[in-house]
Amino acid sequence: MVRTTYAATVAATLAAAMRADERVVVFGEDVALGGPYLTTKGLAEAFGTARVVNTPISEAAICGAAIGAAQSGLRPVVEIMFVDFIGLALDQLVNGAAKAHFMSGGQLRVPMVLRTQGGAGQRGGAQHSQSLESWLVHVPGLKVVMPSSAREVAALLPSAIADDSPVVVVESKTLYFRHEDLPDEGVAPEPLGTARVLRQGRDVTIVATSRMVHEALEAARQLAMRGIDAEVIDPRTLVPLDLATIAASVVRTGRLVVAHEAVCHGGVGAEIAAQVQAACFYDLDAPVVRVGAPFTPVPLSPMLEDAYLPGTAEILDAVDAALD
Amino acid sequence: MATGYPTDDGALEAPAPERLVWMYTQMYRIREFEERVKSTFTAHPGVIRGHTHLADGAEGSIVGSIAALAPGDQILTSYRCHGYPIALGTDTKAMMAEIYGRSTGLCGGLGGSMHLFDPARGFLGGSGIVAQHLPHAAGAAWAAQIRGAGQAVVCFFGDGASKQGAFHESLNIASLWKLPVVYVMENNHYQASTRSDQEDANAAAGEPLAVKATAYSMVGITVDGTDPVAVHATVAAALARARAGEGPTLVESLVYRLSAHGNLIAPPGVPLHYPEHEAVAIFGNQAEYEAALRGDPVPRFRHRLVTDGVLDALDADALEATVREEIDEAERFALESPLPAPDSGLAYVYA
Repeated sequence: MVRTTYAATVAATLAAAMRADERVVVFGEDVALGGPYLTTKGLAEAFGTARVVNTPISEAAICGAAIGAAQSGLRPVVEIMFVDFIGLALDQLVNGAAKAHFMSGGQLRVPMVLRTQGGAGQRGGAQHSQSLESWLVHVPGLKVVMPSSAREVAALLPSAIADDSPVVVVESKTLYFRHEDLPDEGVAPEPLGTARVLRQGRDVTIVATSRMVHEALEAARQLAMRGIDAEVIDPRTLVPLDLATIAASVVRTGRLVVAHEAVCHGGVGAEIAAQVQAACFYDLDAPVVRVGAPFTPVPLSPMLEDAYLPGTAEILDAVDAALD
Repeated sequence: MATGYPTDDGALEAPAPERLVWMYTQMYRIREFEERVKSTFTAHPGVIRGHTHLADGAEGSIVGSIAALAPGDQILTSYRCHGYPIALGTDTKAMMAEIYGRSTGLCGGLGGSMHLFDPARGFLGGSGIVAQHLPHAAGAAWAAQIRGAGQAVVCFFGDGASKQGAFHESLNIASLWKLPVVYVMENNHYQASTRSDQEDANAAAGEPLAVKATAYSMVGITVDGTDPVAVHATVAAALARARAGEGPTLVESLVYRLSAHGNLIAPPGVPLHYPEHEAVAIFGNQAEYEAALRGDPVPRFRHRLVTDGVLDALDADALEATVREEIDEAERFALESPLPAPDSGLAYVYA
């Protein structure tokens, strides 16, 4: 096994993609310096600053240039340093990248990856801590990936880069420096749109994304001590969503908890709950329970932020509600 | 009709006589095509709903610019995008069918008037969001710079786009990275319903909008956009600088949009049409508009070529008749083409 981190795996996976395909280029703010979380560390040294390019603080131009470059033969992997900044690039992403293939009747392709990261818990305040993936999930034409570990980065980022559609990869700043052992032989790429069952169980299904996957696994461990057998599923990609794997689990357990760090209101959990109830209504023994943050901006003060963040305790409460 | 290859490898010398005739032919084709789009609202009510935007008055700028391209170059445009692909040789039947929303359209009826695309001819498309495509042009130019084959990108937009943040971000990056791109701002002096001097600090101060280039340390030039030969010389020189690694140019091409910003927007069932130009409808400036009509660049260029002995008047009549036949055929083809199957709207969401 190789001991590594999520952030180092991002850098290593990008390096492998750049070695394998000279069309892969990386640009964004500070990427040639490694970025604030070191997710592009070493790339400029290995591949030169013609392929690993620092940009001005111009999120619309970063995303827009990726679109033009992708339509012209490159496979850009661009970085928006915090998902909170994506509003500045959203027109490019939503009205440009997501629609070019469609509006052109299939003539254009936009094989770009937009990497960004979100999540609270680092005392970043309301504008550096959000989980905004539901904005992106709502847009036809975008694929949305949320790796929950170094392993998932290694499995999914190559598939995102190989995809001919625009893919947004939302990483987790909280998970970046978490240690993890990966197999010596590496992790083979896995297709987007496939969920992963991380723990099998009979009594309740917990679907969790990103950081909440680890909270769900901890909740499942504690539930096991109480004799409750929870199944934990990481959808890994929110678009396309592997409903089949989730529904097959719910058919067996009859109960579903959906957990994400984003605010519940209008969140991805609502979409998953709606799809599951439509697919498995007569197999459900209880209403679907959602776990997410309260409907407020992320507060700064440690006391307030800790209270804001959903975690294992909230998942346990939700499971109790689902089993009630 | 056969159009010939539209480019001349970016030659800097004055266009040869046959090239001037080619330019006039393209200007006339664009005008006839757009007149037909306009007349569709009255001749075939309901065939076009939604939005169309015409470039009548800008034909000289469009054709002069396109004539300066070389093989492998790319262009991007705003939603006022009919003229460019016509000059590039895109089939006008497929274009009209696209505007009519037919399955035989250039984009299968998924794009429409504002979203024409022909990447095989280097046309990366028209965007309905003002200035959205300016950073795309920077990215395409970056790809061209990496390819290192001397190719370049021309990005067309209106004066209104220069008030967007994407304009600032794009021109900064393009100049900083010495990207092979030419930004052609077709300044028609109106942003939908307001005059430039009401919206633009440079215009309000009586300055040409090309001064904006100074802020990005790039060359800025103002050219008479009604003169295709002048536009060709300016854009060809800018392309030569771009290909030589000397970076981008902002070309301000002065034109007068002879039609209103776009067709009327109205509830379903209400017939659409083109309203009066804003100069008249909003500002009551009949004299300005009539002066613009007298300066119409299409008949003016014909007159110049005939006067200069480049084009015989009878030959001009003949080529115009041929163009009208082409546009008749485009309209007939589009009208007779089927609407797309309902489920075809689910195609092409993902590549």
